[in-house]
Amino acid sequence: MITYMFRKASRGFSPGLRRFSDLKVTEHVPESPASPRLTEQASLYVHWPYCLRRCTYCNFNKYIPKENNEDIMAKCLQRETETLLQLSQVSCITSVFFGGGTPSLAHPSTIAKILETVSKQVNLSDEAEVTLEVNPTPVGMSKLKDYHHAGVNRFSIGVQSLQAKDLKSLGRDHNSLDALQTLAEARKLCPGGVSVDIMFGRPNQTTELWSRELSEMLRVCDDHVSLYQLTLERGTQLFKQVQSGQVTMPTEEITAEMYQCARTTLQQHGFQQYEVSNFAKNNSESRHNLSYWTGRQYIGVGPGNLNWVRTTGGCWLFLCNLICSRCVTGAHGRFVPLGEGGVAREARTQTLEPDVWIREVRQRGHGTRRRIQLGHLELLEEVLVMGMRMTTGINHKHWELFSPELSLLEIFGGSLVVQELLQHGQLILDDRGLRCSWEGLALLDSMLPVLLVELERGFSQKLAAN
Amino acid sequence: MTYFLVKQLCDISLLGRVLPFKVCRRKIPSYNICYRVLRHCLVKSLPVLSSSFRSLSTQPDAVDLSKFPVDKIRNFCIIAHIDHGKSTLADRLLEMTGAIAKTEKNKQVLDKLQVERERGITVKAQTASLFYSHDGQEYLLNLIDTPGHVDFSYEVSRSLSACQGVLLIIDANQGIQAQTVANFYLAFEAQLAIIPVINKVLSDIPTEITDREGISAKLGTNVEAVLQAVVKRIPHPGGSVDDPFKALVFDSNFDHYRGVVANIAVIGGRVKKGDNIVSAHLSKTYEVNELGLLRPEEHATQKLFAGQVGYIIAGMKDVKEAQIGDTLYRHDHPVQALPGFKPAKAMVFAGMYPMDQSEYPALRSAIERLTLNDSSVTVQRDSSLALGAGWRLGFLGLLHMEVFNQRLEQEYNASVIVTSPTVPYKAILSSAKLIKEHGGEEVTIVNPAQFPDRSVVLEYLEPMVLGTILAPDAYTGKIMSLCLSRRGVQKSMVYIDEQRVMLKYLFPLNEIVVDFYDLLKSMSSGYASFDYENADYQAADLIKMDILLNGRPVEELTTIVHRERAYSTGKAMCERLKESIPRQMFEIAIQAAIGSKVIARETVKAFRKNVLAKCYGGDITRKMKLLKRQAEGKKKMRRVGNVDVPKDAFISVLKRKEK
Repeated sequence: MITYMFRKASRGFSPGLRRFSDLKVTEHVPESPASPRLTEQASLYVHWPYCLRRCTYCNFNKYIPKENNEDIMAKCLQRETETLLQLSQVSCITSVFFGGGTPSLAHPSTIAKILETVSKQVNLSDEAEVTLEVNPTPVGMSKLKDYHHAGVNRFSIGVQSLQAKDLKSLGRDHNSLDALQTLAEARKLCPGGVSVDIMFGRPNQTTELWSRELSEMLRVCDDHVSLYQLTLERGTQLFKQVQSGQVTMPTEEITAEMYQCARTTLQQHGFQQYEVSNFAKNNSESRHNLSYWTGRQYIGVGPGNLNWVRTTGGCWLFLCNLICSRCVTGAHGRFVPLGEGGVAREARTQTLEPDVWIREVRQRGHGTRRRIQLGHLELLEEVLVMGMRMTTGINHKHWELFSPELSLLEIFGGSLVVQELLQHGQLILDDRGLRCSWEGLALLDSMLPVLLVELERGFSQKLAAN
Repeated sequence: MTYFLVKQLCDISLLGRVLPFKVCRRKIPSYNICYRVLRHCLVKSLPVLSSSFRSLSTQPDAVDLSKFPVDKIRNFCIIAHIDHGKSTLADRLLEMTGAIAKTEKNKQVLDKLQVERERGITVKAQTASLFYSHDGQEYLLNLIDTPGHVDFSYEVSRSLSACQGVLLIIDANQGIQAQTVANFYLAFEAQLAIIPVINKVLSDIPTEITDREGISAKLGTNVEAVLQAVVKRIPHPGGSVDDPFKALVFDSNFDHYRGVVANIAVIGGRVKKGDNIVSAHLSKTYEVNELGLLRPEEHATQKLFAGQVGYIIAGMKDVKEAQIGDTLYRHDHPVQALPGFKPAKAMVFAGMYPMDQSEYPALRSAIERLTLNDSSVTVQRDSSLALGAGWRLGFLGLLHMEVFNQRLEQEYNASVIVTSPTVPYKAILSSAKLIKEHGGEEVTIVNPAQFPDRSVVLEYLEPMVLGTILAPDAYTGKIMSLCLSRRGVQKSMVYIDEQRVMLKYLFPLNEIVVDFYDLLKSMSSGYASFDYENADYQAADLIKMDILLNGRPVEELTTIVHRERAYSTGKAMCERLKESIPRQMFEIAIQAAIGSKVIARETVKAFRKNVLAKCYGGDITRKMKLLKRQAEGKKKMRRVGNVDVPKDAFISVLKRKEK
């Protein structure tokens, strides 16, 4: 049990946000370290922008390094970590995630230095989850031990597939043997702390092939699986291949079938689905990712990041660097910086180009380019959208933390459209809170716009009533 | 859209075919005819062309019009198929008579509107009085530049009735076109003197100027001969200055400062400033404040005399008070009104809605301003559950509608959703109760929602048109099957030369208002030309077709169709809807139904999976943006039963197809 206390907001902020002030809430967090107030802790995402090559399905901005500038990169990541931690004034980092790009291209000493920077400045408990994304190449594997030594206690391995042909056509720089070996090594180092990324809906894949592949994969997996459907993005090599007819993608019907099949198979193997794409057994949920879905603050370091930071006075500040994602997601963060004396959250756009980012960090300590204030409604919208991705959905207490004056029942209970979703069994609203049913989760993105409309309506009615 | 795009390669021998037309020359001016050409009366904004106009001081300051008795007056117009050089010839005539200075810049001086210059058509009639000396005599030649297109039908006939002769221009390279034929018949029926003019004649081709004029309007070659022919071959107007004053209104414009400016042809007698005149249609009396000649800019004079053409300003506040075809007379001396007057009748209707409801007031004022000068556009407020508040506008024809819409966009920068055009149907009621309600047994149906049930109706009627198609004979087969598929009935088929066929078909107007012309053009590689005139109403087997979404009718998609066309129309609508209704969480049945009978169906399958695989910190902003946009879209959607239909879906079904 932890107690969060929102600080009193200083004057001059929107009435909606002021409601946060002097609010004392308790929330049960399973893995709770003896944590201080919600606004004083954050997750940290560190972004490594470089890749050796571009995957055929990836359309994110990423950079193939021109020269070895690892030293400079390491220094700048430390510098920005320092700056943003200071700006945020959080006292505790609950988890660290090294993502990219391909962070396993970074030298273990770089990882070590960044973690040192963090623990020098704030409380980084030994139990804090520290994840590193790993490309399962022989080089990556050879460094696992050193990463572990540097403080990494969880590896997320981008296996994607065990089919040699598919790995090649996706443009991955590893083969299935590499993947199996890396996985085994990682499990040795961090038993119960290894996650595997698997991709389905690949070109020419059938449900049958997928089912067999998944079962095979699960035999070697540890306690966590992330399941991603390959999405065809414009501007990628794969997109061109599909356009020209060289490659056929499975239809939506098939991928829907694959998804349901995978969910069933994973369940049969003892994996609990806890989010749209994430499955775990033995309580191995990614705490770092859960913090996104539960609307906690997070700090993002590295070129192309988003941040939630906190300013003095207990406000939420959203710092946002543009993302340079590793075919997945970029660095990002949302935290409430203390110091500027406001309750308003900000979104900041940060320099995208690594070179430019490096220059700006050297000059100013961080690469923030643009700041946008987030209002109370926007905050609630994010809490709703992110929360509904979890199988447990949003419980009443959690919602109350963000929306003390407007309950889930008040917002959604009276809506006819929501009633329809409830009746059709896609949505559940009960004593526990609001969540998707098993069937509904696969259709979440069709329901979210409806829920957002209702939220806005409820919110503005409440505002008018006050 | 170009209406009459035809490419007929040069075959000078073909030009001889124009000859027989000349036989039809008559000398009796007559106002007793009813035929159709078209014209469109919109804002007339005369730009100040002071630098390019020859200074008026070179002419007697106040022209003494009494110097021009009827026998020294010629009233004529130029009619031509599109792009055959009508406006260019007008430029030359204006230059040669000193109405404007001769400069390189004179290109389509009378076509002032952007739409006119872009499309190469005349939408707005302009009048220019020219002074011309011939054989030592001073003549007043009044050029009435009418729109070329039949769409502007009824009113052009009025401007023709202000004339005694026409210059019928034919492009030497293109030969006779559908519109040439239509124009010829108009002039012929009006018993006007016809002077065929072969334009775009290359200088190296010998031209004989005997019965027809071979000119190059662009180069100015031989244009003098045209003026001579006008004097020699066009009869002077009838009437006498001693008759009681009587004038025909053949055009009107609205001026914000001075009110209505009416263009008139004085049939008899004289009129001067201060006279009290009456409009026959409304029997309202006005005092003449100003009058004068158009050269083509307004040039005030003291009086206008029989046979002369000019403008008059008499305190009219609305163009509807100076309707085309109306008769003016002195209040103390009533005369028999000129025959053939009828108020403009809208033949093509279309809904117009602002893209966004916030643009409603701006669009309203734009439409108001455009219709200020165009009494032929009927405006009715309308509203659609899907498209919001808007209007149902009635136009004389398709081109009229397009020109209106283009002007709205170009001159008023308004973005508009224009629905697919419909035509006015009629129903002959059988129920005594309904007849009493409607005050007559015949009702006109403009909105499908008002379509009376079969059980209370004796018969339904649909408007017909007589279409003329000219095309090389190689395309005849294809064209005939197209016409047949549009329920066309062939009236005649004539070879106008060795290779070209003129087909006449009676069509239901509804069958040609949407895409007929485009199809005709594309199937004939652009060689066919088409024109039509209204041909009254005929009984038709009309039915009301509903579009259903999961069994619920969608009001704004209800359509009146001919029974034969119900299936194809219904299927096309269902298909278009299928393309534009996004997949939802459940299956959507899109059906076209007549009564309870479903005649076409499409299905939008339910989503089986719709959730973004990855959503971590870095994805949030992007994801939120997308969802917010969808939520905003959701708010604007129209809910039919349990189906959310985006506005775009309605637009794609209702809107005219882009060309």
